[in-house]
Amino acid sequence: MLFKVFPRNELETLYDVLAGHHLVGPQARGKDQADQEIFAFDYIHSFAELRLDFTSTVHSLKRFLLPPREILSSFNLDNSGWEKHIDLGIYKPHVFFGLHPCDINALNKLDKVLTGPVYPDPFYTGKRKNMFIVGVNCSPQPWCFCKSMGTDTVLSGFDMFLTDMGDKYFVEIQSATAYDILMKLPIAQPTEGDHRRFVELMDERNSKFTCQVDNSDLTKILDLEFQSPVWKEWGKKCMSCGTCASVCPTCYCYGVKEYVDLDLTTATKQRQLYSCNLIDFAMVSGGHNFRPDSSSRLKYRYYHKHRGFQEAYEEALCVGCGRCGQACLSGITVPDVIDSVRRQEVPK
Amino acid sequence: MQKTKTYLGVEIKRPRTAFFELSSCEGCQLQILNKEASLLNFLDLLDIVNFREAMSNGSNDYEIAFVEGSVTRADEEERLLKIRRQAKTLVALGSCACFGGVNQLKNRFHDLEWVKKEVYGDHSIETQEVRPLSDFIAVDLSIYGCPIKKEEVEEIVTNLVLGKSIDHPRYPVCMECTANGNICLFNLGEPCLGPITRAGCDAWCPNNRMGCWGCRGPADEANLSQLQEIMDSHGIPRQAMLDRLECFGGFTSAIKKMDE
Ligand code: SF4
Ligand code: SF4
Ligand code: SF4
Ligand code: SF4
Ligand code: SF4
Repeated sequence: MLFKVFPRNELETLYDVLAGHHLVGPQARGKDQADQEIFAFDYIHSFAELRLDFTSTVHSLKRFLLPPREILSSFNLDNSGWEKHIDLGIYKPHVFFGLHPCDINALNKLDKVLTGPVYPDPFYTGKRKNMFIVGVNCSPQPWCFCKSMGTDTVLSGFDMFLTDMGDKYFVEIQSATAYDILMKLPIAQPTEGDHRRFVELMDERNSKFTCQVDNSDLTKILDLEFQSPVWKEWGKKCMSCGTCASVCPTCYCYGVKEYVDLDLTTATKQRQLYSCNLIDFAMVSGGHNFRPDSSSRLKYRYYHKHRGFQEAYEEALCVGCGRCGQACLSGITVPDVIDSVRRQEVPK
Repeated sequence: MQKTKTYLGVEIKRPRTAFFELSSCEGCQLQILNKEASLLNFLDLLDIVNFREAMSNGSNDYEIAFVEGSVTRADEEERLLKIRRQAKTLVALGSCACFGGVNQLKNRFHDLEWVKKEVYGDHSIETQEVRPLSDFIAVDLSIYGCPIKKEEVEEIVTNLVLGKSIDHPRYPVCMECTANGNICLFNLGEPCLGPITRAGCDAWCPNNRMGCWGCRGPADEANLSQLQEIMDSHGIPRQAMLDRLECFGGFTSAIKKMDE
């Protein structure tokens, strides 16, 4: 990897160079009841809106890659037949300015499933190949357990990655495009002092992680505890609302449905993101439901993420961003659930 | 107007359709006439033969009957039975028809005579306990909401005319609310029945920063006791949740179950 530094006040120049494209980044969305700022990824229209100092966003950036609803194909119908149109939407390159390591790692995980060799998803892949990512280092929040998931740092899947060093930015460069863009800024070779400062900052960041998950032997433990009573306990708390999967940057399940327009001459085939916690996720034609109760559905979400995916890809389908636990009104968090399976006790 | 339309070369009959209202605010029927941009296409799908709010000279020869409102008088019960005898498909339109709606709030009072006196004074009128259509007749299809959401009605009616299956979302409003990228109202200190209420309205109220009042009734899985705990932990008074649960009548049996 290539490393450079540039003066802090040049960040706006970088923004200006990239702002000619659709540019998405973290922005403030008011305050919650506890007077904490709420952040969201959205289109940025001025440098002042871009809040690289954000804690984390309630929703992931999934809606830009896997929107909750997406038209897969549209049809013109007439008496002699139909004509199909597909729009992959790849003529709109996007810049993502300000992604934390967990969120870039989440994209890398989605890539394994959705751009993989067997069933690549052209809608996702089209967007993914058409994006430019500026990563930025974060300050761990009380709910972040990315360190336990090995996703607290990121080595690929971005174009450049920034670390705020006070008077300058330390930048890791991954792509030729990123290098070309940075040439428009007064970049310099990091000095010996910059190296020291970077390592210090990383040590400081590491010391701030407070939330963790013990993943050792987890696939085996999950296998052993398939019938554990703790699942029933969690099931009682779960409201099968799907919020956890909605906010999760790595959940990708969807359903497909056809809609005929009112005039009966046009129609669309749309996909809708779904969640394995929803009551009819495992319902098949004829009405049989393989997972009729909330506990088996909640369990499945954990088995997919921490057992099935782990066995298939040697990594979990979770980046430890903590969003699901923060958003779940019932307070169901990944660290609590996994801990309860290990200890056979559900916290009150 | 033509009697038929075509879909992929197949002739589709425009069903003879009638709209009726029992005790209601007629807001759902008004919704039927809203959304002007697609109204003509909507009306073109149906052969509407009876619709007091939109036409005079209604006919009683129809296949589909949309019935809005709840039953609060003996003559309404009679009308409903008559409509049922005529209609091949009877649709309960809106929460009054499905659950009793806002009207059924009066069922909370045990002494109906007192209610009558309080509301109508000396003008004595006939009124009985408010009940949904399904207490009297078989309902073929329910369209939830107070008021109904026109977009959803358009989809349902299209499928009805084409003979396609009609599936209501089984999941709760939260799924649509999070899809819209909303910040959960509980974070802002507001109660919301979204986690237990059937979706389909596209999270109409939370989109506008108002907590859900449950007008569409319970989702297929509605964990009331857990939502009660969540309300408690947010310091929301029990009565505030109960007021919402009771408002439209959809949760009447769920409340009874929770109390057991
Ligand atoms: S775990 Fe929480 S967020 Fe997920 S479905 Fe259950 S109640 Fe909803
Ligand atoms: S499961 Fe939860 S913690 Fe893990 S990636 Fe998804 S939202 Fe983040
Ligand atoms: S956890 Fe559930 S919703 Fe998420 S990807 Fe797995 S099966 Fe799909
Ligand atoms: S605002 Fe209401 S509907 Fe939206 S996520 Fe929160 S509880 Fe669910
Ligand atoms: S959010 Fe709730 S109260 Fe509002 S329209 Fe939807 S179901 Fe009805």
